[in-house]
Amino acid sequence: MRERLALARYVLTENPVNLAALLLLAILLFSALLGPALVPYDPLATNTAIALNPPSAAHWFGTDQLGRDIFSRVVVATRIDLAIAFGAVLLSLSIGAMIGAAMGYFGGMLDRVGGRIVDVLMAFPLFALAMGVVAALGNSVSSVVYATAVINLPFYVRLARAEVSVRRGLGYVEAARIGGSSNLRILRVFLLPNILPTLVVQASVNLGWAVLNAAGLSFIGLGVRAPTPEWGIMVAEGAQFILSGRWWLAAFPGAALMLAVFCFNLLGDGLRDIVDPRSRT
Amino acid sequence: MNLLLRRLLGMIPTLAGVVIATFILTRLIPGDPAVFFTSNPTADAATVQAIREKLGLAEPLWKQFFIYVGQLLHGDLGNSITTGQPVARDMLRLLPASAELTFVAFALAVGIALPLGIAAALRPGSFVDHVSRLVSTAGVSLPTFVSGLLLIYFLYYLAGWAPEPIGRLDPFAIAPPTVTGFLLVDTLAAGDGAGFVSALRQLVLPSVTMAIFALAPLARMTRASMLGVLHSDFIRTARANGLGWRKIVFTYALRNAMLPIVTTLGLVFSYMLGANVLVERVFAWPGVGSYALNALLSLDYAPVQGFMLVMAAIFVLVNLLVDIAYTLLDPRAALLHHA
Repeated sequence: MRERLALARYVLTENPVNLAALLLLAILLFSALLGPALVPYDPLATNTAIALNPPSAAHWFGTDQLGRDIFSRVVVATRIDLAIAFGAVLLSLSIGAMIGAAMGYFGGMLDRVGGRIVDVLMAFPLFALAMGVVAALGNSVSSVVYATAVINLPFYVRLARAEVSVRRGLGYVEAARIGGSSNLRILRVFLLPNILPTLVVQASVNLGWAVLNAAGLSFIGLGVRAPTPEWGIMVAEGAQFILSGRWWLAAFPGAALMLAVFCFNLLGDGLRDIVDPRSRT
Repeated sequence: MNLLLRRLLGMIPTLAGVVIATFILTRLIPGDPAVFFTSNPTADAATVQAIREKLGLAEPLWKQFFIYVGQLLHGDLGNSITTGQPVARDMLRLLPASAELTFVAFALAVGIALPLGIAAALRPGSFVDHVSRLVSTAGVSLPTFVSGLLLIYFLYYLAGWAPEPIGRLDPFAIAPPTVTGFLLVDTLAAGDGAGFVSALRQLVLPSVTMAIFALAPLARMTRASMLGVLHSDFIRTARANGLGWRKIVFTYALRNAMLPIVTTLGLVFSYMLGANVLVERVFAWPGVGSYALNALLSLDYAPVQGFMLVMAAIFVLVNLLVDIAYTLLDPRAALLHHA
């Protein structure tokens, strides 16, 4: 553990980018947790007298077509965007790890059938599959979470399967089996904790995708509905004003989205450096 | 040849799975399409029932599935309720628009990413390397719909270089006679130089938008893979033997570094097939993506089904090509797979 911490400090100090990403994450989490309580304006309050005003001292990011304060909406949206992404990644991580570990450990029929299903999921272009899942489950926020979880699931299943099938023949698993541990106990106590670091790295890389995917779905009108502040939908609403030069409606939520994805991608790379220094690129 | 046949046979279970998955997904869609089809929510039960029977929705699910597979084998993807046309005909009409966009963007991404990645790998830590890193990190973080809008703002609204983002052709231009459906090809075939330029101008922003996202993972993988190969012993030997750098980099290193790059190419292409929906929406591009999206938003599920099937089929084909490219690049890959 102490070694890991020392390495973490090394990775953070050696590469200032990682430190910046960590700071960015802190800002994102802060706005997600406390944002709604701290923003200067009600994100839903309309006031057509000040509609479409450019950024000013009173409205830092300007106002939208209904006179709502864009800064407040961008900050408040952090919570729902992060919640969708974290929820989806957590879901696909836990389910994918269990399925993949069972496939790798027991092999046989389970492995073959599971492998086929994963192949089929991977045969769809990811965004098209996500659209199909949202269409099937109904146009709601929880469907977007499930859709994002489904398209990420194959990666975790494959990873967990590969990691477990490498380890299942190792000495400590043999020892546990001779010692009388059941298959379930071996998986739960010896194998899953061992493959967790790899899965967590995958999860942190996936968070960026999850944010992109969720925002993309709401951009095309699936999932979150207006007037809920959410980055994808705000960009979609602002898109029609780009042609008349009112850039601030789409640019600020777009920038927030970009920063969030950027932050998760950098964190994923940093975390991988800590867990698996050999795979640094 | 034997190998190719085996690969083709190997596609069948995946394609069957794709058909089953698409069927299940689209039958789960909430809302009774029969009610929608009467376009009258107060239609009486008998009318709705008659339409359900006409659409085959009254049959048990397994029977519906077999009817559906039978139709697929005849090239029938069902009828779109919103356009009133067979989905297969709609898709054929719209596919070239999406394909043209995707191919141009893909070529653009490969044409920029490979040289950039190679240059970065040749001089790690140099200015080019930093540019490559910046491009690849920023590129994956920029959602296509945001970068598309930014490009429209800067290049259309501010600079005025780009044409208005309203589809494939200037509204005042006359469309060339349809031969391939690719406007770039059709205008050239018709000898319509002005039309070609107009189509090209409309194509620039959407394809650049798509390429920005696609080139990031490509540049990154090229750099990593080339770096790994350039450090291996046989490169040192080649250099010690006094071979020219051109031969070392392109003949020896690049060919060995190509495998992971080709894998990434397949992934990027899959991503682009899906991202079409977003880019087409931003640029009002009349392709299959916007077609499927409009159908989806109005609960018209045959086009969505068709879109998912066609995209998955294209992607399975691309994977086949990737596999074949593997064995051409590295004959060992074929042996390892089937040992």
